[in-house]
Amino acid sequence: MKVLVAVKRVIDAYVKVRVKADQTGVETTNVKMSMNPFDEIGVEEAIRLREAGTASEVVAVSLGIERCQETIRTALAMGADRGILVQTDVELQPLAVAKLLKAVVDAEAPDLVILGKQAIDDDSNQTGQMLAALLGWAQGTFTSKLVIENGSARCTREVDGGLETVTLKMPIVMTTDLRLNEPRYASLPNIMKAKKKPIDVKTPEELGVDVTPRLVVHKVVEPPKRQAGVKVANVAELVAKLRDEAGVI
Amino acid sequence: MSVLVFAEHDNAELKVATLNVVTAAAQLDADIHVVVTGQDCASVADAAAKVAGVAKVLVADDAAYGHRLAENVAPLIAQLAPGYSHVLAAHNTSGKNIMPRAAALLDVAQVSDIIEVVSADTFVRPIYAGNAFATVQATDAIKFVTVRTTAFEAAAAEGGSATVEAISGPGDAGLSSFDGAALSSSERPELISAGIVISGGRGMQSGDNFHMLEEIADLLGAAVGASRAAVDAGYVPNEYQVGQTGKIVAPELYIAVGISGAIQHLAGMKDSKVIVAINKDEEAPIFQVADYGIVGDLFTLLPELKAELEKSA
Repeated sequence: MKVLVAVKRVIDAYVKVRVKADQTGVETTNVKMSMNPFDEIGVEEAIRLREAGTASEVVAVSLGIERCQETIRTALAMGADRGILVQTDVELQPLAVAKLLKAVVDAEAPDLVILGKQAIDDDSNQTGQMLAALLGWAQGTFTSKLVIENGSARCTREVDGGLETVTLKMPIVMTTDLRLNEPRYASLPNIMKAKKKPIDVKTPEELGVDVTPRLVVHKVVEPPKRQAGVKVANVAELVAKLRDEAGVI
Repeated sequence: MSVLVFAEHDNAELKVATLNVVTAAAQLDADIHVVVTGQDCASVADAAAKVAGVAKVLVADDAAYGHRLAENVAPLIAQLAPGYSHVLAAHNTSGKNIMPRAAALLDVAQVSDIIEVVSADTFVRPIYAGNAFATVQATDAIKFVTVRTTAFEAAAAEGGSATVEAISGPGDAGLSSFDGAALSSSERPELISAGIVISGGRGMQSGDNFHMLEEIADLLGAAVGASRAAVDAGYVPNEYQVGQTGKIVAPELYIAVGISGAIQHLAGMKDSKVIVAINKDEEAPIFQVADYGIVGDLFTLLPELKAELEKSA
């Protein structure tokens, strides 16, 4: 079984994001970039499937500018076997990413495609579901446990009320939730080894996909700031303020 | 022009989230139709027909839709959508699961998690865990939009008298089946619509200690939530998680106990009307957004808070 795992280059989760003065977006110059944390969980799951003998090959795919190769290298250092970069300078929106991934899936014919449930930059939570639609495959979104046996996948999904379990006919698209696993750190020898693993570079044109953005971003602004309030000395004062000043209890 | 609202429900009751979405739909100045996909869900359709502002309710009552599997429901939504200018759903796990699948079937982009309707095709949505607000215009003929429920007041549950029409869809796609669910069965209010929320973080030190929060929640009629750290540590189940990738809440009162205040957590609660922070670290970032803070040991302060609330009860 071949597993394809999508990895996105995003601003690191611990960086304080700043809006650009001209309101065209957020500052990315000289900002630390990392793999989307949900995609790290995806890479980890794919590697565990290979280690368990369920998967035979793990292919990491990224889409975007040339430097997305760094994100693929991170996946290769964690243990993915090879990489594919779909390179473009066009801003890629979820529907375009889903179409590009479909083209890659058509060529690679994996049995399982893993994506993060959302990217921590635009927080859309769309791409996996869109890819599943375009492929006509089942989707195991927000998965916290995956069991593959007898040609089907059992996904335990994190939903608003708790957990639900579904059985899906393979092949499937799965999106990861936080409790699926704890991603490993790449060891130094594996980082060195990853430099020799192959990355195949393609373009949207070669894949025959129109990636023109469908959503126009008019401006990006800072949200209203919340002012820090006061410290109170004790619980009695707190309860009095909540009751008499704020009127919320 | 008509707008289609996807109803969130459990086959018995219409969820409040749907009422928030109806309010967002009303701002589009169009007829509002609600689609109820489920099994033996007549009571939900009746409830949706009573919601103020709803003109028509479409009910697809079929075993294939009983658990709202995306593989079965999305083709139905995609079949209905061309008759509408917009399709709206709550940005909750059900809407997140189904809407992008339906949108992609029609080659339509989706605008997720909107907090404001600027015009019929332009919306404001938070990005980067709410650290930036983007104004986004959708250019496709049909607009697929998911709505942050805390950003829109709930429409009145009574006052409407919509017509109810039975519809049928493509049925079972044969790709997926529902095995079961482990849902929390709490007597407390739902986290996303509760008026008061009390949440615990890593500082709670164990799942057992959450009973201290539960006792206070019961005195206040509050829901109990948690930070990601507390969920990852196994103190409480995933459905408690408040934050960028968990639930977004905006109650009248949010009490954060033993939560340091990572930006990912703040993203889920900073629109609360009043925020209280209880933390032993006076430098904790949570104090920068809190209206009222107490620096101290939560294991001393929580029993005191409980006693004080009991006194005034």
